[in-house]
Amino acid sequence: MNINFTLISQAVAFSIFIWFTVKFVWPPLLRAIEERQKTIADGLAAGERGRHELELASQRSSDVLKEAKQRASEIILQAEKRASEIVEESKRTAKEEGDRIILGAKADIEHEVFSAKEALRQHVAELAVAGAAKILRREVDARAHADMLTSIGEDLK
Amino acid sequence: MASDTELTPTSYINHHLTNLTTQVSEGSFWVLHVDTLVTSLILGVISFGFIWLVVRKATPGVPSKRQAFVELAVEFIDNEVKNTFHGNRHVFVAPTALTIFVWVLMMNAMDILPIDIMAWIYEHAFGLHNWRTVPTTDVNTTFALALSIWFLMLYFNVKIKGWGGWMHELFCTPFGKNPLLWVLNLLFNFIEYVSKPLSHSLRLFGNIYAGEIIFLLLGMWAATGVSGAIFGAVLGAGWAIFHILIVTLQAFIFMMLTVVYISMAHESH
Repeated sequence: MNINFTLISQAVAFSIFIWFTVKFVWPPLLRAIEERQKTIADGLAAGERGRHELELASQRSSDVLKEAKQRASEIILQAEKRASEIVEESKRTAKEEGDRIILGAKADIEHEVFSAKEALRQHVAELAVAGAAKILRREVDARAHADMLTSIGEDLK
Repeated sequence: MASDTELTPTSYINHHLTNLTTQVSEGSFWVLHVDTLVTSLILGVISFGFIWLVVRKATPGVPSKRQAFVELAVEFIDNEVKNTFHGNRHVFVAPTALTIFVWVLMMNAMDILPIDIMAWIYEHAFGLHNWRTVPTTDVNTTFALALSIWFLMLYFNVKIKGWGGWMHELFCTPFGKNPLLWVLNLLFNFIEYVSKPLSHSLRLFGNIYAGEIIFLLLGMWAATGVSGAIFGAVLGAGWAIFHILIVTLQAFIFMMLTVVYISMAHESH
């Protein structure tokens, strides 16, 4: 155990090594490590964010799906209602149309009957006049008996 | 191994515990242990050079295996420092802890090299008769480290607390502010300040030195005959394996004590 100059030389060497490490070794490595830590932290945060977004998206999609289903069933309900309405309406329209046609037909028939009656009446009047003329052949003077003939015609109407 | 004189246990041990010295100047102090200095410098240059080469190309992306290894060591030490030191450790304390751990570990690890084979290599390859491989078995090394750290401790005491703050701490802690206790406080702190570098350096020195002595004793046993050689080899291997733990543990303890001392210098009571 003899303390000598070696101590000083070793202390100097030690100081140089410390200086070297402080200056050249520690900072770049620390920088690299910290940068990597930051990258990893960012990556993890991004992953977390992505997971969260996925959760939101699936939530949203299920919401949309649910809404779509609801709307679809509403539409179907509406359509069914509308269909039954249309059926009802067409039934009603058909009935009205039928009634109208029947009414028209009745009117036509009445008209036909009326005109047939008229024609017959005319015919009967003429026949009566002709008959009467035949009976009274000589005596009848169209001018003197015009009033009578007219009143007969009036009665037959 | 000593080849010039008759080989006795004393000469064997003496040979392994003799430094290669050179006289720098007049006086018994101005002696330099060349082996200690050169070995520690080579180890320091190799380790810090390696780390520097790796760190220079350090990428924040996927690290190479070597970078991952260096990062492992650095983060291990950084964590230890973080738990003890509460300040900006990246400026000085953490890199210093890394320096100490790596350097002391390397110097201690030299203890595992087989001493007699190394001695033969030094003798025949380099023509060096005396060459101690383990720098930390030289008190000069451990005291150099401990005293450097001790001065750093004083420096940080003054820098962080100021002269007044430090003096206040010396006189008023740990027992109290009462003027009657000033002498007692100062005495207590004095003992603490003396014992810190002593225990710090002698713990490392003692452990590694004792380890080397055990290796020497086993080597001597191996010289006694066939059974001695077998036992010496087996026990030597066992001790070397156990020594891996001691070597690492002592380097770690030395580093942790450094961090603790410097942290204490930063914290006022």
